[in-house]
Amino acid sequence: MEPAEIIQHSGGAIGAAWLMIALPLVGAAILLLGGRRTDKIGHLLGVLMAVASFAVAALSFVQLLGFAPGERRRGIELYDFVPGLAKVGLLVDPLSISFCLLITGVGSLIHIYSIGYMAHDPNRRRFFAYLNLFVAAMLLLVLADNYVALFVGWEGVGLASYLLIGFWQHKPSAATAAKKAFIVNRVGDFGLLIGLFTIFATFHTLAFNDVFANADKASSGTLTAIGLLLLVGACGKSAQLPLQSWLLDAMEGPTPVSALIHAATMVTAGVYLIVRSGPIYQGAETAQLVVTIVGVATLLAGAIIGTAKDDIKKALAGSTMSQIGYMVLAAGIGPAGYAFAIAHLITHGFFKADMFLGAGSVMHAMNDEVDMRKYGALRKVMPVTFATFAIGYLAIIGFPLLSGYFTKDGIIETVMEHNAVLGWLAVLGAGITGFYMSRLVFMTFFGAKRWEPTAHPHESPAVMTWPLIILSIGAIGLGAFLVLGNRFMTFLAPAVGAPEEMPSFHPFSLTGLATLALVAVGAVFAWFRYGAAEVPAVAPRGSFLTTFARRDLYGDALNEALFMRPGQWLTRLAVFFDNRGVDGLVNGLAAGIGGTSGRLRRIQTGFVRSYALSIFLGAAVLAGAWLVVGNL
Amino acid sequence: MGESITFWVLAVVSVIAALGLVFSRRAVYSALMLGVVMLSLAVLYAVQDAPFLAAVQIIVYTGAVMMLFLFVLMLVGVDSSDSLVETIRGQRFWAVVGGLGFAVLLALGIGNAVVGSPKGLTAAAEGGNVSSLAQLIFTRHVFAFEVTSALLITAALGAMVLAHRERTEAKPTQRDLSRQRFAAFGRTGKNPAPLPGPGTYARHNAIDMPALLPDGTISPLSVNRYIARYEESKGILPPEVADVLEQEEAAQRTAAQANGHGGHSTPTVAEEARDGGPDTEPLPEGTEQDTVVAGRVVRPRGESAATEEDGK
Amino acid sequence: MTTHYLVLSALLFAIGGVGVLVRRNAIVVFMCVELMLNACNLAFVTFARQNGNLDGQLIAFFVMIVAAAEVVIGLAIIVTIFRTRRSASVDDVSLLKY
Repeated sequence: MEPAEIIQHSGGAIGAAWLMIALPLVGAAILLLGGRRTDKIGHLLGVLMAVASFAVAALSFVQLLGFAPGERRRGIELYDFVPGLAKVGLLVDPLSISFCLLITGVGSLIHIYSIGYMAHDPNRRRFFAYLNLFVAAMLLLVLADNYVALFVGWEGVGLASYLLIGFWQHKPSAATAAKKAFIVNRVGDFGLLIGLFTIFATFHTLAFNDVFANADKASSGTLTAIGLLLLVGACGKSAQLPLQSWLLDAMEGPTPVSALIHAATMVTAGVYLIVRSGPIYQGAETAQLVVTIVGVATLLAGAIIGTAKDDIKKALAGSTMSQIGYMVLAAGIGPAGYAFAIAHLITHGFFKADMFLGAGSVMHAMNDEVDMRKYGALRKVMPVTFATFAIGYLAIIGFPLLSGYFTKDGIIETVMEHNAVLGWLAVLGAGITGFYMSRLVFMTFFGAKRWEPTAHPHESPAVMTWPLIILSIGAIGLGAFLVLGNRFMTFLAPAVGAPEEMPSFHPFSLTGLATLALVAVGAVFAWFRYGAAEVPAVAPRGSFLTTFARRDLYGDALNEALFMRPGQWLTRLAVFFDNRGVDGLVNGLAAGIGGTSGRLRRIQTGFVRSYALSIFLGAAVLAGAWLVVGNL
Repeated sequence: MGESITFWVLAVVSVIAALGLVFSRRAVYSALMLGVVMLSLAVLYAVQDAPFLAAVQIIVYTGAVMMLFLFVLMLVGVDSSDSLVETIRGQRFWAVVGGLGFAVLLALGIGNAVVGSPKGLTAAAEGGNVSSLAQLIFTRHVFAFEVTSALLITAALGAMVLAHRERTEAKPTQRDLSRQRFAAFGRTGKNPAPLPGPGTYARHNAIDMPALLPDGTISPLSVNRYIARYEESKGILPPEVADVLEQEEAAQRTAAQANGHGGHSTPTVAEEARDGGPDTEPLPEGTEQDTVVAGRVVRPRGESAATEEDGK
Repeated sequence: MTTHYLVLSALLFAIGGVGVLVRRNAIVVFMCVELMLNACNLAFVTFARQNGNLDGQLIAFFVMIVAAAEVVIGLAIIVTIFRTRRSASVDDVSLLKY
């Protein structure tokens, strides 16, 4: 089933969809331009704008539901940027509205949570301004009806991500991490940009509608090229192999940022791009295959990294990589996978945000300690945090009937039907997920107290726990709501197309049972290693594999060896060449001319008679020349 | 034949005079040598059918331009003679090389340019040299001629502007000079009155004749130290003058010992001579000028010393 | 005969040139310049007779006029320089150099 036609729309909440972007943008502008005068209202205005944006999104969603399924793609023209070439407009369809609800919904909750989390930060206003800026850019990314506006939003979220990772720029590690994220994202953006150029060269337009309508007319080679280039962009933004290295360092940012940007929303932009560009990938088998391979590789890599990290946020970041790997894997399969990819994306947004915010709550209680080896036995001290975190944990490992169970198993089942090897690898990833998430929970909330003497853990204030509770509700029920009866797949079908036959949900399929069994094995193993046994305060050296995982699978080392060192040598060579070659030439020339002139100017003695002599001798030479020539 | 003789005589004279112009140390001699060359050339012009130019040469060059040269020489200092030591390295060598080369080249080039005997100007200057030239000047070349008049006026104006010197301060009056003198007297105790002239019983007013005070002794103020020193070196210093000087020096020494230093003692003639006298400003060095000492003009020795001999 | 005049003219010109180069007194230098001009005039007059027309004499006449003007200005400049520098040496006026 092909995507439905886009109907131009005006009026109602959908007609005002631009408000979704404008409101947070205005909020960011006021807070950034207003300076210290807005310090007092900064956080309130930020929350207000995010919630207002959510209200618009919700109303639009309701209005969209009012239309027949085939008429649920609504285009809004904003203005002709370049007449006949670049119209700027918004596209409200089931796919984008799902993202809008996720971004504004989870975003609002995280805004509220940040009021408490950042309460003591002197730059809280700036923080909220950046958060608003991020929300606006992300909404532009998903609402755009063409690749140009998408790219603007894409860069906007990159900028917001950079600003927020480096929010505590007085920490050198944060500043470095921000730069790293920005530079790695540039690589991806470069690919995306070339992809967009290729699209324009092929289709002479960048509007989604026109590109997708003509996608089948382009050669499969072109589509493959476009698909691979878009995948490069998606890899950069979504921290997929081989551009994954920035995500772990991005945890230097404040925890709400990690929750919102580096877990729930921004990092899923790559999945959005692949799903949105479905018609292109469907014409390019090779590109799809590469997408699935990247997805599987990343889901395994992320899971392996997650097993070895003692930093709670980095362990969660590895988990994020891994989960996005699942989504990319599903997105690479085609319409059959899209719904599960997006559904998992949404439920992941909830339970990962839940866990990140829970981790933030723990850190808040433990004087910003992030080392899980210094946690332990926190479940009694922080009951709400523990409860919500536990729900998120159960959801992500796929505990039956919670969100992750439906969406992740949906992905695994779909992949298994598509390609058994990939499917089993995905099952293996789920097993590792069971291990590392259990390890995280056991190290943090169970076992003996390993706190620092100065730590006095306490439950977080209500403004922080309520978002946790709401998010955990989503983590519990959202999966079942979306997947059971193929509700979400049907809803998305007008936007991304649907497979020929709707999948039916088998509660106890072979794959599902195998997954559950592996997850259980992993969890039990983790319990014996980290729950029941004593956790050493200092990480043991571990085997080669542990080191391998701790060092992020040598991703940084690889980047360093492949790009940084040669780059440094290249720049050194360039500097050397510039200093010695270019400068030497220029300076040598200048010095030569200067020296020659310095000697030549001695001719100007100031004595008139010297000048007269030269005139006289010159005249004599001329007379001689005249004689010679005259006699020839 | 007659022309040949004239030419050879004048050629030799003019070349020798030209060399003299270049090599004489005194500018006045150079000017005279130039006059000789110009007169010789005037004659040569006349020989070559150019009587008008010959006249103009004598009137304008020898008459006007040479006089101008001599005037300026007088202004600048007629008796200064150039040092002929070359200061720029290689200048003289290359100048001679260039001069010889130029002479040879020009002689070869221009001297061999002419073939055949001269046509003569009898045909061209039919109505006489002067009227023919006038015809050319006032017909064909009248514009150039008028322009030269503008040039000459400009030159005259330029000379006036260049030579004119604007006075930047008022000329000191008698009153100003008198004030200066008495201010100096107040400051240093310098004698404001004119120095004594030759004394009452002086037989003449020569400069080396000291003035006599009413009691017949010599006034130390009037003894010219330069002359005294010269006469001392020659052993012809009159004994009475020597006595006066000795007494003065002794008095000065005791005064200096009493004061520890010179203090406000009345300056002696010798000191005044050192600092250039009461009324005169220090002159720039290197120019030979009359030296004014204590209100009297001290002439360069020579003549006055000679006249003094018999006076004693 | 004409050749003799011309050689004489060349000789005088060269002597004047050497004088300009070796003498330092500005007035003498000026005299040497005049000598060179006169040498030229001699050549002009000689050629006038050789070629049988008066143009040479005419030019010699104009040369004299210009020389007179030049001498007037040049000597005024020398006087001015002498007034400020107390010297008529052309080597003293050598500030305009490297």
